[in-house]
Amino acid sequence: MESTVLEKKEVEVKIKAQPNKINNMMQNPIENIESPIINIDQLSVSYGGDKYSINDVSAGIAKNKITAIMGPSGCGKSTLLRAINRMHELNPDTHNKGTVYLGEEDIYKMNPILLRRKIGMVFQRPNPFPTMSIYDNVIAGYLLNGIKLKRREKDEIVEKSLREVGLWSEVKDSLHNKGTFLSGGQQQRLCIARALAYTPEIILLDEPTSALDPIATAKIEDLLVKLKKDFTIVLVTHNMSQAARISDYSMFMYLGELVEYGKTKQMFTMPKDKRTEEYLTGKFG
Amino acid sequence: MNTSAQLSNAKLKGRLLKDKLFTYTLIFLAFLSSVPLFLILFELIKKGYKQINISFFYKVAPDTMEAMVAVKNNEIIPGGIANGIVGTLIIVGMASLIAIPLGIICGMYLAENSKGKFAGIVRFIVDMLQGVPSIVLGVIGYIWIVKPITGGFSSLAGSVALSIMMLPSIVRSTEETLKMIPETLKEAALSLGVPYHKTMLRVVLPSGISGIISGVILGISRIAGETAPLMLTALGSAAISTDITEPSSAIPLLIWEFYNDPNLVDMIWSASLFLLFLILCLNLTAKAIAKRWKVQY
Repeated sequence: MESTVLEKKEVEVKIKAQPNKINNMMQNPIENIESPIINIDQLSVSYGGDKYSINDVSAGIAKNKITAIMGPSGCGKSTLLRAINRMHELNPDTHNKGTVYLGEEDIYKMNPILLRRKIGMVFQRPNPFPTMSIYDNVIAGYLLNGIKLKRREKDEIVEKSLREVGLWSEVKDSLHNKGTFLSGGQQQRLCIARALAYTPEIILLDEPTSALDPIATAKIEDLLVKLKKDFTIVLVTHNMSQAARISDYSMFMYLGELVEYGKTKQMFTMPKDKRTEEYLTGKFG
Repeated sequence: MNTSAQLSNAKLKGRLLKDKLFTYTLIFLAFLSSVPLFLILFELIKKGYKQINISFFYKVAPDTMEAMVAVKNNEIIPGGIANGIVGTLIIVGMASLIAIPLGIICGMYLAENSKGKFAGIVRFIVDMLQGVPSIVLGVIGYIWIVKPITGGFSSLAGSVALSIMMLPSIVRSTEETLKMIPETLKEAALSLGVPYHKTMLRVVLPSGISGIISGVILGISRIAGETAPLMLTALGSAAISTDITEPSSAIPLLIWEFYNDPNLVDMIWSASLFLLFLILCLNLTAKAIAKRWKVQY
């Protein structure tokens, strides 16, 4: 007990010296995220009116790691995820305070179209394009954006992306069938391949396994762990054990507030906040 | 105990009987409502088949003298309805060219802004448009096109009148179809950095193509048989007319003309049979497309 009190005091002293920057650090004491790829800076998002779905969230996201965002339904975890590639702006009344940096760039000053080409996204329900074949689904990012590729380049991208998600051997003979004929788990992996094919730096996943059975879920979890070598992964999940299994860092959100953010192991073994502890032990959620 | 069981048994039998009665009544009534179509077809085929031969499709409508002579000699009336077929194709084709893009764009707007105030007004107006009597649209075509633009009756005026008539069904079928398409599909495209217009045109629209096309075809089949607006706009013509600023015939107009000429009465049946057949085919095509091209999400 005493030691934590001491730490707090130390931090408070630091705050006075450098108010703004350290203020963020103090709320989210991740000491060892070096040069985060994404920096969420005092971000609040509202879907209209004065009510904010997320409130003053600040966090850095580590490169080539899996960061899980957990919390009970309605806590703002999806909103936070969508604010990273500005998908929340599909709702026309959205407005924010604060901002998010991708590297040095303020994403709210970027063109959202270009931003989304750098930050891919996978959704809760598998959503392959129903009018396209498996092959075209993988290169949909290029096709729909009118980027011309040579036949050989296309073949390479399709094979590489499908291999990465472990779907190649399952679908290599039916590449020109419609993607919607695959099983749910295969469809979801196809959607991940579609996001990968466009070589983003970051992949956001919004509860990607909540519509899948345990076997398909396990496959996708393995896949994510494998993918973090090349990509930075941010994952929203309300499945605590999933976060525990695969993530390196975890955020716990509650009522729009980032309650706790730290290394997953640490958070699951010694949560700092009482609410985190209660959530993790199943007292609410 | 025993008596009550017997009583309920009797009641049960009564109920079963009522149930059966009800079912059979329903089947009978359902059958009854499908009878008219078959009666109409039967009547038209019986009276019209004699007239239908190859020249029916490439010759223009006969004049009253030719017809009188033929009827006197107990021959079939010479000539056909080629002027009507060409006229209908041109008028309906042009009406489609006007109404389809407009209707699809409007439907897309309504589907995308389902809760907007302006969209609500547009939707209301489109619904009202559906209720405008066709003869009124004919008057409008006359005032807008016949008098100021073509300076006389013209197939263009007919097309404009008919395009207004088919607009509501295209708008609403597009809107309903696009509303059924899951939002996640749009999100998928947008999250790949695809601009909004391309997302709509290349992902959302193709996914709803079966519903939209079948709506369009139903719209066409609805106007193909319209007569009243054409009387005030296209007027009719004895010859095949391909100039859109000139009066033109159409199959329903021909039927009306045949009706007014005692010597040509026999032609009514064959022309009606052909028109009905055309519209049935359009309807069947619409159904087939809706089923065949249906996109599975």
